[in-house]
Amino acid sequence: MSRFHDLTQLPDARGHFGPYGGRFVSETLSFALEELENIYASLKNDPEFQAEFDRDLKHYVGRPSPLYHAERWSREIGGAQIWLKREDLNHTGAHKVNNTIGQALLAKKSGKPRVIAETGAGQHGVATATVAARLGLKCEIYMGAEDVQRQKLNVYRMHLLGAKVVPVESGSRTLKDAMNEALRDWVTNVDDTFYIIGTVAGPHPYPMLVRDFSAVVGREARRQSLEQIGRLPDALVACVGGGSNAMGLFYPFVEDDDVAMYGVEAGGEGVATGRHAAPLTANAPRGVLHGNRTYLMSDEGGQVADTQSISAGLDYPGVGPEHALWKDVGRVRYVAADDNEVLAAFRELTLVEGIMPALESAHALAHAKKLAGEMSPDQHIVVNLSGRGDKDIHTVAELDGIEF
Amino acid sequence: MNRTEPNRIDRRFATLKAQGRTALIPYITAGDPAPAHTVEFMHACVEAGADVIELGVPFSDPMADGPVIQKACERALKHGTRLQHVLEMVAEFRQRDSETPVVLMGYLNPIERMGYDVFAEQAQTCGVDGVLVVDMPPEEAGDNAALFAAHGLQSIFLLAPTTSDARARAICEHGEGYLYYVSLKGVTGAATLDADAVGEQLSKLRQVTELPLCVGFGIRDGATAAAIGRVADGVIVGSALVGRIAERADDPASIPAALKSILGEMREALDRDAVS
Repeated sequence: MSRFHDLTQLPDARGHFGPYGGRFVSETLSFALEELENIYASLKNDPEFQAEFDRDLKHYVGRPSPLYHAERWSREIGGAQIWLKREDLNHTGAHKVNNTIGQALLAKKSGKPRVIAETGAGQHGVATATVAARLGLKCEIYMGAEDVQRQKLNVYRMHLLGAKVVPVESGSRTLKDAMNEALRDWVTNVDDTFYIIGTVAGPHPYPMLVRDFSAVVGREARRQSLEQIGRLPDALVACVGGGSNAMGLFYPFVEDDDVAMYGVEAGGEGVATGRHAAPLTANAPRGVLHGNRTYLMSDEGGQVADTQSISAGLDYPGVGPEHALWKDVGRVRYVAADDNEVLAAFRELTLVEGIMPALESAHALAHAKKLAGEMSPDQHIVVNLSGRGDKDIHTVAELDGIEF
Repeated sequence: MNRTEPNRIDRRFATLKAQGRTALIPYITAGDPAPAHTVEFMHACVEAGADVIELGVPFSDPMADGPVIQKACERALKHGTRLQHVLEMVAEFRQRDSETPVVLMGYLNPIERMGYDVFAEQAQTCGVDGVLVVDMPPEEAGDNAALFAAHGLQSIFLLAPTTSDARARAICEHGEGYLYYVSLKGVTGAATLDADAVGEQLSKLRQVTELPLCVGFGIRDGATAAAIGRVADGVIVGSALVGRIAERADDPASIPAALKSILGEMREALDRDAVS
């Protein structure tokens, strides 16, 4: 049996992953979280609910997403074979929709007419606005004011989808502040509002249910590896902000001890500079934010630190609690890719394979390249290409000094 | 390390009960608008009739607070106010006031980062009486509540209109000092308040606890204080005070008088009810 079998039994009844996770929220939210926990518990193993989820993933999202052998890029690197799990080909262009489809079904079952979400790069916001449009739910998206600037295209997409985007001016005006504001909205409108959290963080049961909805990625990748490679891959690589796409890919492989896993955090200007968003890689102290205990970048007085990353979607000072535990027990190695490495990978994959990755996903690609170079051509790496890069063209063009 | 004499909070509520009076509990954010003023503001609150002081520990991500207290946190943090400094402020307050209970109110991470042992020891030394951590419900308090108790610190917990009966019973069991009933769904500083609905909720709670029931959120003047004072053992006023501090942030010397004026109005309204 796998030496990591115990990891499949988590969280415990109170949402703890070892010392991490939990439900650190103000009392007003306890009721809503208990309600959500109960709804999910009643549906989790309901074949009808699962069938509805699977049907939506197939016909609305377009699953399964392909596992694509990046032959040319692999050859150029001259090491291991790199396979891309093409979440960028999903409807809405990223893995985020897997989770929002699942949570929207829960919202529907709970009878709440309004959904809210936080978003960083806008991918989760777009995915939420999309499912809200489809189900006829009222939708408000909280987005840091700085990210609204960085991601104008996604902001307008959400607007077209009928959602209201609320720019958040407080704090550092990025993802963490958007989550604060979404929590404030929820605490005020808890009777008629379902909060669709976009990552494997937040209070219990969110880290668990976002993981479960995202794990379709890993289940497919595992099956496709057996079919296309003829065996399991040697390594998995995925970027980690809150960590939902990494969790989605990794979770179904947890008990495959021979499959190495690498979570790639946002190195920003370099982990050594302190201007990054890599709490695991930097060994940030344990802390509590947004309802869970995890590795959290904060100053000596416990004030949450400002983070730095070229990608709005990874610009977060904490990380999902299950990742925190996986670091401690050594199931996953967490590393960082800095902004320059990320841009290089973005350009390289675009030129060599004709696939433009999201800057978030380019973190995973940057590390996969390093890793592949140290491995042999008969070894295989599966990378979660978690989203497409159209939304980032503006950012990259700006760096190139081009104005539209 | 157990204290033999009752905690200042228990003593204060026993006295109030004997007098048939309602506790007036102001909240201010430590370090707002600048750390040098906080102790003076605390004394001003006491002079205006405060029975307990809730002193806010500023936090970068005050998720349960509305814009008024968010901005107070930002002002305090801009001046570098950290938990360590807040404890020092309490110690300074104690040099002139050994009787008024002080409850630290805030979020968990500053305490987590300082370390629970260190915090409990220092809080006791500085003269803190209670701790209200917004994002630490009883089920996550674990050993901390016992640790705090061993240092004479009472754990104050929140109750909300959405709290189920089963949860309310569990919270009442863990609670010490008093219970903070959040009168509204929403963040601090939110709008209207229905005193009758609050009264109904409180009478349900009185069947499961003997702890004093204090009500916060939505109390802004003498009239709202009096209305809640009729059904509660204490009224907690935060955003209304912090809003006045914000208006005068450029002229801090005028703040003590402003605090005394609004708290005095509330004190009078509460006491008028007590004798009538």
